[in-house]
Amino acid sequence: MYPYLRVGPYLLQLSGLALLAGVWIGITLIEKEVARLEMDAGKITNTIFYGLIAGLIGARLGYALQFLPVYLSNPLSLFSLDMNTLSPELGTLIGLIVAFVVGQRYKLSMRPTLDALAPGLAVFMIALGAAHILNGNAYGAPAFLPWSVFLWADYRHPSQIYETVGAIGIFLVAMRRPFGSQGAGLNFLFVVAASAVARIFLEAFRGDSVIWPGGFRAAQVIGLLVLIISILLINSWGKSTGSTNPYNENQKAEI
Amino acid sequence: MKDNDAAGLLSVGRAIRWAIWILIAGVVWIFLSRVPAGSMAQTGPSPNPREGFSAPDFTLDLLGGGKVTLSDLRGKPVVLNIWATWCPPCRKEMPAIENVYRSYKELGLVVIGLNLTSQDSEQAVSDFVQELELTFPIALDRDGSVGDRYRPPGLPTTYFIDDQGVIQSVVVGGPMSEAMIQSRVEALFQEEQ
Repeated sequence: MYPYLRVGPYLLQLSGLALLAGVWIGITLIEKEVARLEMDAGKITNTIFYGLIAGLIGARLGYALQFLPVYLSNPLSLFSLDMNTLSPELGTLIGLIVAFVVGQRYKLSMRPTLDALAPGLAVFMIALGAAHILNGNAYGAPAFLPWSVFLWADYRHPSQIYETVGAIGIFLVAMRRPFGSQGAGLNFLFVVAASAVARIFLEAFRGDSVIWPGGFRAAQVIGLLVLIISILLINSWGKSTGSTNPYNENQKAEI
Repeated sequence: MKDNDAAGLLSVGRAIRWAIWILIAGVVWIFLSRVPAGSMAQTGPSPNPREGFSAPDFTLDLLGGGKVTLSDLRGKPVVLNIWATWCPPCRKEMPAIENVYRSYKELGLVVIGLNLTSQDSEQAVSDFVQELELTFPIALDRDGSVGDRYRPPGLPTTYFIDDQGVIQSVVVGGPMSEAMIQSRVEALFQEEQ
């Protein structure tokens, strides 16, 4: 685990490359899905591009905000290529907000667009698991089982493998579009709900969970909330089924 | 779209019924898999050179005389930088580490430059330290035993250790920017509070 690749003076962490590969494969699958759904590929590609750029800038600004005096005294550090000074949480939030705003400006219908993004999200979850296998993060709780792995000075659940196998399972089902065209947005909700279920059940085998009062694991509770919201949305969005192709922008069928 | 896409594998009604059962099972599972109070399973008690674990202890001679024992520094945040003189990024980041050390040493920050002396020469280390006027202690790993215990994936590798001796973050590779080192040190002091 945690292999690095030395390229000249730089040490590249292979887990980072796995995530980049996930983004690249994800975007490729999204483009294919957009074409299949007869949506406007240019608009969606631009939306993703702006979202990624805004996410990257937001991640750096978010990190700088956490340590404002440091960056005020040395503002040029904002432009450093250092990947260790990013705030992934804020970057994700800002990237999503910007992608939403750009999508609105392009008049993209939200639910069909989400369906187009579903394969990309599913493949990114596999890449995240692979990244954890490569860097040893998200490690398992100590356990003596026939399939335990020796990691970080203990025998542990191979939680990274559980996570990756779960994500592959979700991806395989997601690629079969489990809800067909019963309602726009449902196939995306499947990926979200299934990922939440995986988190709820697999988090129990992790050795690095954030623990909330009462001994509850934060990721499980958040996963539960995501699952509840997904079920409510599946129920709501599944009731509206139009006779036109909801994905075709030219038909302008608002769901 | 193809016509056979219309139905899909799942009907919405059946999916919701399944999802509700899974939801109930999830609630039960979350309750059953709570972490008991005082459990050590989450803290990773064994010394290990990675985030969230206790930093492996060592005692080493210092350049210029004296010794340093990591566990004696409990109560103070520590920056442990593993380096060698033949490593260009290590050399390049030293001035930034020195600047941060000078800014924070009054607040209690300890910086240790752990030289992999078994792969280096003490004379080269001494010359380099004089050339850059480094004032933080340089520990000499003459037999390579500490390097073996930490097994840094690359040089330089820097460990940011909190006042409890737990590694809060690890930065592999360099050169680190001064802002980055400073932000990690700030995080150590925030943790202390």
